[in-house]
Amino acid sequence: MSVPLLDVRDLRVEFPTRRGTLVAVDGVTFSIAPGEVLGVVGESGAGKSLTGMAIIGLLEPPGRIAAGEIRLEGERIDHLPPERMRRIRGRRIGAVFQDPLTSLNPLYTIGDQLVETILTHLDLGRAGARRRAIELLGEVGIPAPEARVQHYPHQFSGGMRQRVVIALALAAEPRLVIADEPTTALDVSIQAQIITLLKRLAREHGAAVMLITHDMGVIAETADRVAVMYAGRIAEVGSVREVIHVPRHPYTAGLMGSIPRISAGAGKRRGRLVQIEGSMPRLNEIPGGCAFHPRCPRRFERCLAERPEPQRLAAGEVACWLYADGRD
Amino acid sequence: MGAIDQPLLRLVAVGRDFDVSRPWLNRVLEGAPRQLLRAVDETSFEVKRGETLALVGESGCGKSTVARLIVGLYAPSRGGIEFDGLELTDPARAAEAQRARRRMQMIFQDPYASLNPRWRVRDIVAEPIRTLGLAATRDDALSRVGELLRQVGLAREDGEKFPHEFSGGQRQRISIARALSGNPEFLVCDEPTSALDVSVQAQILNLMTELQQRLGLTYLFISHNLAVVSHVADRVGVMYLGRLVELAEADEIFARPRHPYTRMLLDAVPDLDMTGRGRTPVAGEVPNPLAPPAGCAFHPRCPHADARCTAERPLLASAGRAMVACHAVAERRIAL
Repeated sequence: MSVPLLDVRDLRVEFPTRRGTLVAVDGVTFSIAPGEVLGVVGESGAGKSLTGMAIIGLLEPPGRIAAGEIRLEGERIDHLPPERMRRIRGRRIGAVFQDPLTSLNPLYTIGDQLVETILTHLDLGRAGARRRAIELLGEVGIPAPEARVQHYPHQFSGGMRQRVVIALALAAEPRLVIADEPTTALDVSIQAQIITLLKRLAREHGAAVMLITHDMGVIAETADRVAVMYAGRIAEVGSVREVIHVPRHPYTAGLMGSIPRISAGAGKRRGRLVQIEGSMPRLNEIPGGCAFHPRCPRRFERCLAERPEPQRLAAGEVACWLYADGRD
Repeated sequence: MGAIDQPLLRLVAVGRDFDVSRPWLNRVLEGAPRQLLRAVDETSFEVKRGETLALVGESGCGKSTVARLIVGLYAPSRGGIEFDGLELTDPARAAEAQRARRRMQMIFQDPYASLNPRWRVRDIVAEPIRTLGLAATRDDALSRVGELLRQVGLAREDGEKFPHEFSGGQRQRISIARALSGNPEFLVCDEPTSALDVSVQAQILNLMTELQQRLGLTYLFISHNLAVVSHVADRVGVMYLGRLVELAEADEIFARPRHPYTRMLLDAVPDLDMTGRGRTPVAGEVPNPLAPPAGCAFHPRCPHADARCTAERPLLASAGRAMVACHAVAERRIAL
């Protein structure tokens, strides 16, 4: 593999509270190559969004990076002074969040917002920035960009707004795009359009995309590799095809089984969905050993006592004692 | 009690408008017109005893308004709603209608907003029992609550706790226990799992299927998620901009979708099995319901639209084993 564009090593995010320190992200390690889409999937509370926020340096205090390294094109970017991080954000890292309405300022036209972003990061004059803004809107599939550039966010529909947010994230041609649930607030028919857009971004601009979502379907269609998170740790990483067709970790297997699918012979005669008993532990109740063991149908003594480190397999990495010593 | 082969619920040409006009003063000063939003229009369907009818559609298609019309949270602007042979909208029979509505309950989308945070779970679940006078004594009510909590997979002792002590999935179980405590026959479930994580969603869907079999319940299941619907529904109705565009048995609608909008929705479902099918990109978005397109509301996005579609609104008519509102299907312009 070529030099990774983003390299995260042993990242640990903590929240100090009066009742002790909560560890929300615990020893997370992964990397993304240029032109690659890495899906980060997990249920609420898995730590996937906090991992993204830690990378772009927008952790809400008292949350903080307690250990680990984050490298962007080889350069350490954790613990940079806020002013330097602000320059990296927007210029080299673009961010797309779930709710497009809160990412846009309602008082300015989208043209003004795009032009401001472009002027902040690129060496262009005002006229050039405006031309670039219109070009970007066209690129993300907004019809009649010359007219739309003068409109305010409320004049756009949900799907169009998310395109504007993506255009904003791309304004300075960042090397890394972090998209946190970019399609979750959108209807299915619009989702497909946004997914196509994200994919093109990686293919055509060689950007690295970190796609954070709870929706395996979106991952299946967009990502090259996927990291499955559970209780602040990565349970499994591998190529999308491997993880979806041959999930190794019992959590991934349960997760895949619990997703309803449309296939021949619809209707409830098809019987029960696979279910994982219980739910994700709260941060102050993460069990010892493997965090998944209380819900795991395949647990044994070792899982209760010892925490599994990621095991390297031919297909990827799995943090599960079933695969100790590289057994597969 | 009506005859057994008679549908439990029947909607006849139901419509509901919302007045979204500017305030009176603005209308007078600026001459702004009165503006009505047709959330639901000309919607007719039946729900048979013991079945699950699912209504699917994108946001703003009117599916939740239909749910609220049925349980009486909104009054219809037009049309009739019949429950077990009784016309609920008939003012002369209001008292009977109120009694009939006790036989239905609703489960809401957000289990964080639908449970009173200041009440203990046992009081939340017991409220319908008390209000409807279903238990002679307080002890009877409490033992019934314990039984209901067990039925939805919680423990009797959980009744002493407050809602915040539970996860989203457990809260939705509490909502289900509360809905069941009034001994309803008919449950209206408005996106009951869309606020939940997938592994928890599977638990709730399995629970709802089990309860239906055990208690002989009838469900109206509202969802935007076609995959979820394909697991629970006997029949499926697809809504677009306030109207039903297709209604058929679940097997039929997933195997042979007829309406171009139904096909588009099915196409847009992510391909989890990675068959490489690739999504057909869909042009455009749901139009503004304040200014719906003339003719068929779907025509601006429809690949099969012609002059007739832009002028004349198609009615729901039978096409093979389905009911479809589409000129192109009726004229056999679409190959099935």
